[in-house]
Amino acid sequence: MYGFEALTFNVHGGYLEAIVRGYRSGLLTAADYNNLCQCESLEDIKMHLSATEYGPYLQNEPSPLHTTTIVEKCTLKLVDEYKQMLCQATEPLSTFLEYITYGHMIDNVVLIVTGTLHERDVQELLEKCHPLGMFDSIATLAVAQNMRELYRLVLVDTPLAPYFSECITSEDLDDMNIEIMRNTLYKAYLQDFYRFCQKLGGATSEIMSDILAFEADRRAVNITINSIGTELTRDDRRKLYSNFGLLYPYGHEELAISEDIDQVRGVMEKYPPYQSIFSKLSYGESQMLDKAFYEEEVKRLCLAFEQQFHYGVFFAYMRLREQEIRNLMWISECVAQNQKSRVHDSVVFIF
Amino acid sequence: MVGSSSSWSTALVRISPYTFAAIGIAISIGVSVLGAAWGIYITGSSLIGAAIKAPRITSKNLISVIFCEAVAIYGVIVAIILQTKLESVPSSKIYDPESLRAGYAIFASGIIVGFANLVCGLCVGIIGSSCALSDAQNSSLFVKILVIEIFGSALGLFGVIVGIIMSAQATWPSKG
Repeated sequence: MYGFEALTFNVHGGYLEAIVRGYRSGLLTAADYNNLCQCESLEDIKMHLSATEYGPYLQNEPSPLHTTTIVEKCTLKLVDEYKQMLCQATEPLSTFLEYITYGHMIDNVVLIVTGTLHERDVQELLEKCHPLGMFDSIATLAVAQNMRELYRLVLVDTPLAPYFSECITSEDLDDMNIEIMRNTLYKAYLQDFYRFCQKLGGATSEIMSDILAFEADRRAVNITINSIGTELTRDDRRKLYSNFGLLYPYGHEELAISEDIDQVRGVMEKYPPYQSIFSKLSYGESQMLDKAFYEEEVKRLCLAFEQQFHYGVFFAYMRLREQEIRNLMWISECVAQNQKSRVHDSVVFIF
Repeated sequence: MVGSSSSWSTALVRISPYTFAAIGIAISIGVSVLGAAWGIYITGSSLIGAAIKAPRITSKNLISVIFCEAVAIYGVIVAIILQTKLESVPSSKIYDPESLRAGYAIFASGIIVGFANLVCGLCVGIIGSSCALSDAQNSSLFVKILVIEIFGSALGLFGVIVGIIMSAQATWPSKG
């Protein structure tokens, strides 16, 4: 019953909700980012980070540090926190938490398949995979030659199996098909997650619907912009858009026929929530679009914490941590390559 | 004899007033304790989880648990008061209007106290949970949210006052 979640939520979810709110208080603040942006070297970054919650993870790293090490250790912290929450969760929270990782599974699958296509070593690829998206038979992906084999050998046992029904073909895997496969899988995943949240009902479904709708719309815009000028037909493009979100169905119709960025902008400016994003960009420019989308996403995720007694806080926390790791990666790269003037181009402050 | 035409009303007034009184006493303690327990688990689970990151909140936030507990104590006190009002009447007078009135008064008193304490316990519990979580983030918020809790716990007190007034005039017919 919507509005009365407060009466029964705490039976199963109260402890974990309090824990995730405690984790949230450990996110880096604007003051921390200011300190980090003024670092001269990676050693300085390590020193500043050891004063925050990342301390125990970074203190044993030998110098010289690499940016990938910093990112890896920070991701390890996220994985530890996720696992602590998952092992104490009951249904339906445990299913909800598992849904959060399916996106990473899809990315890992695509990473390995692409890497195998370009003849890289499987071990090297496995090390690059995101730890939240690992599953048991992931190394067997290197053996598959086309999508049918991919499904039959490996993916039928994973949670991604139901998402494959739309994209099984007998074509061999090449770069274009892999990207289409990635987007089709992600579309099926988003729709499944959306349905699951609707079934949960109450505040969870309201908050998650908003966040997932924004995600679907953002992906639609990115797919459109990335496929301008490629050989992807309009019908193929339309098949990659999700069936929910603010842009469904009329915005999708217009996006499918867009041929350049200004037409995309014209479509998006008809929707007030996205008008503010696109008004920040000047005409013909799309580099800042990513940052604008990230800022909007962070704003919506922070709003999820305003309400108590729902599952949206778990999703929001995971996403905010990932954003923080992206920020740290950008800052470390800028510092390592001595491009400190560009540091603020891509850092999104969370608080 | 009241209500002799309809069979339902006849059946209702032939229920012994002792039954009504006893059920009233049971509801007063049972439902109050339900409210207190409900409130304590709502507050307690959030408090324990939040105290992992911010251990300083534990001692102050036990006040929320104490407010919930007070609700159960109100229920016990009223139940004890009500059971002293339960007297025997001679069997010839058991269905007199005076007896029925006393039975109904004790029953109503029990319901008033029970349900007022139920919602009071729930209210204080939910606020206590939010109080623990916000205190963990920002310790200046604790005192302000405590004021909301104090207003919430006054609801139980209202129920107790009205219940005691109701039961004070529950006089059974005198013998003879």
